[in-house]
Amino acid sequence: MASGVKPRVKVPKTAAAGESITIKTLISHKMESGQRKDGDGNVIPRSIINRFTADFNGQNVIDVAIEPAISTNPYFQFDATVPETGEFAFTWYDDDGSVYEAKKKVTVA
Amino acid sequence: MELTRRNVVVLGSSAALASAVGMPAFASLTDDAIAAFTGGAETGSGAITLTAPEIAENGNTVPVGVEAPGAVEITLLADGNPTPAVATFKFGPLSAVRGASTRIRLAGTQNVIAVAKMEDGSFQMAKAEVKVTIGGCGG
Amino acid sequence: MSQGKTTLKAFAMVAAATVATGAFADADEDQLTINGEIKIVTEAPAPAHMEYVDTIYSGWRYRSDETQAVQMDDFDNPAMIFVESAAEAWDTVEGDAGKSCASCHNEVESLRGVRAVYPKWNEAAGEVRTLAMQVNDCRENEMGAEKWKYSGGDMTAMVGLISSVSRGMPVNVAIDGPVQSTWERGKELYYERTGQLELSCANCHEDSYGMMIRADHLSQGQINGFPTYRLKNTKLNSVHARFKGCVRDTRAHTYKPGSPEFIALELYVASRGNGLSVEGPSVRN
Repeated sequence: MASGVKPRVKVPKTAAAGESITIKTLISHKMESGQRKDGDGNVIPRSIINRFTADFNGQNVIDVAIEPAISTNPYFQFDATVPETGEFAFTWYDDDGSVYEAKKKVTVA
Repeated sequence: MELTRRNVVVLGSSAALASAVGMPAFASLTDDAIAAFTGGAETGSGAITLTAPEIAENGNTVPVGVEAPGAVEITLLADGNPTPAVATFKFGPLSAVRGASTRIRLAGTQNVIAVAKMEDGSFQMAKAEVKVTIGGCGG
Repeated sequence: MSQGKTTLKAFAMVAAATVATGAFADADEDQLTINGEIKIVTEAPAPAHMEYVDTIYSGWRYRSDETQAVQMDDFDNPAMIFVESAAEAWDTVEGDAGKSCASCHNEVESLRGVRAVYPKWNEAAGEVRTLAMQVNDCRENEMGAEKWKYSGGDMTAMVGLISSVSRGMPVNVAIDGPVQSTWERGKELYYERTGQLELSCANCHEDSYGMMIRADHLSQGQINGFPTYRLKNTKLNSVHARFKGCVRDTRAHTYKPGSPEFIALELYVASRGNGLSVEGPSVRN
């Protein structure tokens, strides 16, 4: 696991049934592009988050294929429809095989 | 190209020179990426909105947003980067707005391009030039 | 006067002329509220001790709308990644005394107001202390832990955490009494031309703020927003690291982070921001 990787998500705690809510996600990650060289001129190997997904109660909201052109600490903002009370599951996939997860419950009043 | 006075003037400007020297390889990579995404189909415009700053204070972190109502998938490209692919968003059934915002890296002044695949199988494309500035004293 | 000196002078004049002929663009009129609740004063009457400036502006006012927006919500602000790691360090026991920061200070919120008055005089030690020096004093003498590198990541994150709880409070650094001689030394350094370019802090940040230096919009060099997350290096940057970068850019040998010179300069520059809000950890380009 790459060091210092920590996912963060911002999701409203409550919503009306069928309401569209804005979700923000950010994961601390250096996103080494594979384009840089170290002091000795050797290419620093690519090490990035290459995929991010958001699901709610098992249904997909967004599935992102990520390239090295996404900035350090990848940030995504998007809108999801919340049909009923349930849980968001956010998943980030690292080049090194690590998988990072975050979950957030939303109550439909 | 017919060598008109206007063409000569344009070629004489350093900006045009930079693009003439640096761009063709990248531009064709970008064309290839677009063709791979669309399967060579024609792209329309007007039903896709790409939001990017006209001038970015730093190319490391450039905020961009894209939205195309009715899209099933949107790919983002940057035609002046070593590799043009930036990200591809696939929208699931609970996606409320077919769009997303993120922060991207741009190696220099260039076009950011968004191509959307719509529910009916057609394609939409939008392009925005982002000027990437270099700090005053490099500090 | 030697030929070499003349050439350098000419070079400096060219550099100055480049600044002077650049497009002029004042601080913008945008207002900063963080998380929809912390109101930040980004424009204030200059403190009485400033002879040549009427109004002081936070560096936030010189940034583009896109960069400004990143600081308006703590979730969007990547500096908070570092603040969160410092919050963990705050609760972590280290050193021979078996203490953490929290052992003495409880919640970090108990330090609200601290960032606003630093650097300040420490009577027991008989010295002007920056916040970083105070943190290391705690580590060494209260916790029995290793000192942190003055401008290292751990230290800058901790200063960011301590700063974050004072956001919105007015910077109010004392300049008289026991700190006066240090403040005077800081003022001297502010106006002292350094390096091959023979530029002082004042040449850019007092004489030329609002102008474009190449593609960059020159601010007043206020430090109320430090530590600051820079898009350029995607990390939290300390005041002294920024001073070092500026002095280096004048093509000079720089003072070291934590040196008496930079401590004096920090006190003086902080006092030029008296009346602005504490804003750190901010976001800049």
